[in-house]
Order: sequence, then structure tokens, then C-alpha cells
Amino acid sequence: MKKLSNFKNNLSKNLQWQNFLPQFFLLLFFCLLIFYFTRNAQINLLARNITSGFDFLSTNSGFDVQFSLIPYDGSFSFGRAYLVGLLNTLLVSFFGIIFASILGFVIGISRLSENLLLSKLSLFYVELFRNLPLILQIFFWYFVVLRNLPSTEKSLILLNFLIVNVQGFYFPKFIFTNFPFVLYGIIFAILTIFLVKYYSNKMFYNTGKYLPVFKLSLVFLILFPLIFSFLGNVGLKFEQAKLIQNFGIFNYVGGVKLVPEFLALLFALSLYTSAFIAENVRAGILSISKGQKEAAKSIGLNNSLSLKLIIIPQALRVIIPPTTNQYLNLVKNSSLAAGIGYPDLTSVFAGTSLSQTGKAIEIIFIVMMTYLSISLFISLILNWYNKKIAFISK
Amino acid sequence: MSKNMFKFFGSLALFAFVLSGTAVKAGTKEDVAKKGSVSCGVSQGVPGFSNADASGKWSGIDVDMCRAVAAAVLGDANKVKYQPLSAKDRFEVLKSGQIDMLSRNTTWTLSRDAGLGLEFVGTNFYDGQGFIVRKAAKVNTAKKLNNVKVCVETGTTTELNLRDYFKANKLKYEAVSFTKADEAVAAYDAGRCDVYTTDKSGLAAQRTKMKNPGEHTVLPETISKEPLGPVVRGNDQNWKDIAAWSLYVMIEAEELGVSSKNIDSMKSTDNPNIKRLLGLEGDTGKSLGLSNTWAYNIIKQVGNYGEVYERNVGAKTPLGLARNGSPNQLWSKGGILYAPPVR
Repeated sequence: MKKLSNFKNNLSKNLQWQNFLPQFFLLLFFCLLIFYFTRNAQINLLARNITSGFDFLSTNSGFDVQFSLIPYDGSFSFGRAYLVGLLNTLLVSFFGIIFASILGFVIGISRLSENLLLSKLSLFYVELFRNLPLILQIFFWYFVVLRNLPSTEKSLILLNFLIVNVQGFYFPKFIFTNFPFVLYGIIFAILTIFLVKYYSNKMFYNTGKYLPVFKLSLVFLILFPLIFSFLGNVGLKFEQAKLIQNFGIFNYVGGVKLVPEFLALLFALSLYTSAFIAENVRAGILSISKGQKEAAKSIGLNNSLSLKLIIIPQALRVIIPPTTNQYLNLVKNSSLAAGIGYPDLTSVFAGTSLSQTGKAIEIIFIVMMTYLSISLFISLILNWYNKKIAFISK
Repeated sequence: MSKNMFKFFGSLALFAFVLSGTAVKAGTKEDVAKKGSVSCGVSQGVPGFSNADASGKWSGIDVDMCRAVAAAVLGDANKVKYQPLSAKDRFEVLKSGQIDMLSRNTTWTLSRDAGLGLEFVGTNFYDGQGFIVRKAAKVNTAKKLNNVKVCVETGTTTELNLRDYFKANKLKYEAVSFTKADEAVAAYDAGRCDVYTTDKSGLAAQRTKMKNPGEHTVLPETISKEPLGPVVRGNDQNWKDIAAWSLYVMIEAEELGVSSKNIDSMKSTDNPNIKRLLGLEGDTGKSLGLSNTWAYNIIKQVGNYGEVYERNVGAKTPLGLARNGSPNQLWSKGGILYAPPVR
């Protein structure tokens, strides 16, 4: 008996080793592989007299960028150029995600509408936008739609507000005086909304009645800033872009300018991604069993309330994880900007800066790490949100 | 050890072996001889320099540089594989070894020559940067370009000179950058920009592609020096010499009056310079590791510099760049083309 248990002990020890060894060697192998590639690159760079290192980040870039959120020109450093590109990527991603989410949600819900026209139109929308390659959609907006707008001197001026021509869209700039009062108004409105919400919940538990919180919130958000502005003597001026003529060359100067490269990318990314989000939303809603809807009806909830209180909160658990993927895709897809000359991270840093400095390894490394960080950050936020709304099993 | 573990380590070893096998590398000339063709990086379409016609046949002054090297090394100017490259990618592709030489209207600068591990072998066209505007703009000098949008190809010296010029003249502008020259030209043509800038030869070439070439005018200013020439990797001295001397013999041949048409009748000459050039005397090929007819092959199949110039960019081509009075004339005729002696 004792021998047998000894044997068993040995066997299990052996098995442990057998499990451990391959893993150890695999790890060792990958370490060596990484070492090999780094060493190889080093040797080759040395052999060809190619200087390496990150010193270039602080030298003058020497090139200009047409669209930047921060002050920048060629007298700034390559590090600053990186920041310009990063901010442009974040800008188009941020607005892309917002528009794609709103559109996706609306289309996804319309897709399940009982109105045949609405649901068929949504179906058409989804199939059209998700089945065409994204780069083609970007080209469509850029070369077909925005390229064929009128020239500067023949600009379309819509409602004396928006100026549209082949060089971009110009909005008036809002110039406030005493702007803090508007902020105070907004803060006050938000506080009031919380109070009303609290009161409404309390009333609901006590009497079963509730207040129209959403509608009230809208009213507060508009009313309070207006009242505060009036009290604080807030002034608002619009600075419209002006047409400047220099010999036979016409140009708009001033205002808020959106370049066609940005608009084309934003349109394409938003529409493309919204088609996928719409499908996620539809799948999420369909995943809720019919019983839930019937139960909601049986306790007297109308259609919109049952959607708001019963269906959507449960559907979100199904919708969020795949939608996270779509957000990540949108950020990564924004690097297709290089195709139309929007100065995003890839085109300014991994494109222009790379070819001006020749520091391929360093720059590609930085850009890869940056996209990785952005993606991980977005996943982190959405995973946190997903956890927050997940079922708490008791 | 179990059978599975053997399999596992076996495949690891095989993988490592495959990786280590890729390390050995011969010189570029030997590679080219083995492949039977020269891979040459060219532009994505600049008429007169490197441009493919409807049937996919490449021509241009830069293309003839590739052909000259192929004629020298392989004895056949047609053994060239062309790889169209954007300005942005060209150096990386050359560095990585995907092409044997780059002949793509590339400006020779200090930082490129010394910092990229590359070697500029000479200048086959002396150029300078200029501006093109619409005639409707009613501007006759670049000094009047204020508050304009300028279309430019990214990753070029053009982009850097542009900034220098506008800054020095205190003029406001916006640079709208594109990856391909074609895109930049199309954007200018569509009115996205008021000005397009590139090397002056390029302006002449790109104007032929515009919807209405007559509506545009090139401004008189030349704002930079742009010596354009072929580039090779910096770790192969022999290959650099071959590329450099392929260019020099074309210039030398013109100076000596040898052309593709009269070369065979020149064989009976008494001039020792010509005899050396044609490989009838001395062994110029040997020190380059080539056959002694290498220079003969270049001149016979590609032509001398004058022939190459007139065929591609000269007065009778759509570009119509007059040679007399430009730097691209022989030193003996007022230009700055000067080849070291072939001996």
C-alpha cells in the first residue's frame, strides 16, 4: 500500500514537472526571440551608421500642419507635433463616438419599430453602411461630396450662420463676456435636477406617482443659465468668418473652421460605426424575453416607460461589451485619415515626422504604444460601466 | 519526456532555424546578378521623371538612371523592376532592402545623406522649388501670396522650404499636406488650395495633368536649391560606385560627343578618352567588378545625358524645359554638369 502511494506521489511530481517545463521553455524562447530582434536591429543600425534614440523629439520639426487644436508651427518640436496629431486623433474619435452612439441607438430602435417604413429604412441604412469598405466611404465623402462644393468666392451661406465652400465649413465663433455666470447657471440647474430627482423617487415610493423629471431637467437647463446670464449681465457676440480678398485670391478668415478632411473622416467613421452599433442595440433589445415586456404591461407601464425602465437597462448588459469593441475600432480606424490628408497621429507623426527624421523604429514604437493606451483606457471605462450595471446576484 | 513534448521542442527548434537562416546577405551587385533585374524605386507618376504610360511602360529621366545601372550590371537596360513609392515611404523601403536603388526626384540634403544610413550618389537634375497659381488670382510674384492655402506633398524638403519662405517673408499661409503628389495636385485643381508648390520641373510636369493647364501660371521665384539624384544604401561601397559612375559616363559621353547613335562608329577613333570609355583600352570595368563593356552598354542602350534630357524633359516634350541657361547643361556650355575623368 505504501509503495503505491509513493509511486502516485512521484507520478504527480513528474506530471507537475512535465507541465512546468514546456511553459518555462516557451517563455525563455520568447524572451530570446525579443532579444534577437532588438539586437539584430541594433547591429544593423550601427552597421549602416543610422543614429537612433529619442533626442529628435525636442528638435524643431520644420513643417506646418493645417489643422491643430494647440498653437503649433514648424518652430515647435517634433514632440509638439506628436501632441498635435494625438489631439486631432482624439478629437475625431471623440465626436465620432458620440455621433455613432446616438445614430446607432436611434437606428437600432427604429429597426424594431412596428412602422414598416421606418424599420425597412433602418435596415437599408445598416446594410448599406456596414457593407462598404470604410476607406471607400471616406473617399466618397471627401472626393465626391466635399470636393465638389462651390469655390470660396461663391460660398453657400446658410441662414447667415454656416458658410460652406470647398475649403471647409465656417461657423461663427461665440464670444462671451462674463462667461462664468453661464457656468453658475448650469451648475445650479444640475443641483436642482438632483433635488427634483430625489423628491420624485421619494414620492414614487410613498404614493406611486412621480414627476416628469426629464422634461423638468430640460426646462431647468435652459431657464437657469438664461436667468443667471440676465442677472450677471452676460454678453454674447458672434464672430463670423470674414471674406478677405488678396488680388484674385479669396479666403475666409476667423470664425470656427472645420476643414473638409476632418468632416469627411468624421462623417465616414460615424456612419460606418453607427451601423454596427445599431445591430448591437437591436440584438440587446431582442435578447430580453417577451415575458419582461408583458410583465411591464401588466403592471400598467406604457410603451416608452417599459422601454426606459425595463427593457433598456437589461439590454444594456448585452449592448455594452460589443459596443466597446466598436468604439475601439473607431479610434483605430481613424488612422485611415492619412488617405485624405487629415493630420491625425498616424499621418503627422508616423507619416510626416517619420520621413523627416528617418527614426522609424522609435516613432512606430511611440505610435503603437499610444494607440494601445487609448484603447486600453476606453476598455477600462466601459468595463467599469458594464460592471456597474451588471446583475448583482444575491 | 512524452511524445507531445518532443513535437513541441522539435517545432521550436525548426522555427529558430528558419529565423537564423535569413541572416546571411551578399552585396547588392551579387543580389542583382542573381535576381537578373534591378529593383528601382520611382515616383508614383511625375511626367518627365518617372511616369508609366497606358501600357505600363515607364519613362523619364529618373527611369533612365535605373536603366543605365541595369545596362551596366546586367548588360540589358530593360532588366529593371519599377516600384512606385510615395515620398513618405521611399527611404524606409530603400533601407529595408526591398529595392536596390532609389531614383525618384529625391533632393540631396545633409541630414538625409548623413542621418539615414543612405548614400546620395550624384545629381541627375538640378532643380529649385517654385509655386503655381491660377491666373484668376492675378498674382505675379510669390511675395504677394498672403492668407493662402498651399497644397504640398508630405515628407519632402518642399514642405520644409515652404515654411522657411513664408516665414522669411512674413506671409500667412496654411499648408494642406497630402501623401501623394497626385492628391496634392488634384486638391489644388479642385480649389481646395490657392497655390501648389513643388520643384519647378515638377510644376511643369503636373500642370500637364490639370483639367485646364492654360488657366495656371508658374510664379517666377525659385525658393530653394533642389539637387535631385539617385540614392543607395550606405553599407555597400561597390554598389554606390556603380550607380555614381553610371551617371558620370552619361555626362562624360556627352562631353566627348559620344551618343547612342554614333557609338559604334566611334569604335575606330584614336581618342584615348573615348577608347577608355568604350572599354577598348584599360580596365575600367574591373575595378567596379563589371565587364569592360559596361559603359558602352549604358551609352548604346540608354544614351548620353543630353539625349536622356531632351527625350524626357527637353524643349520638345510636354514639359518643355529649355536646357541652355539652366544648370543642367555641361560645364563647358555654361551649366554645372561635370563628370570626374573615367580612367
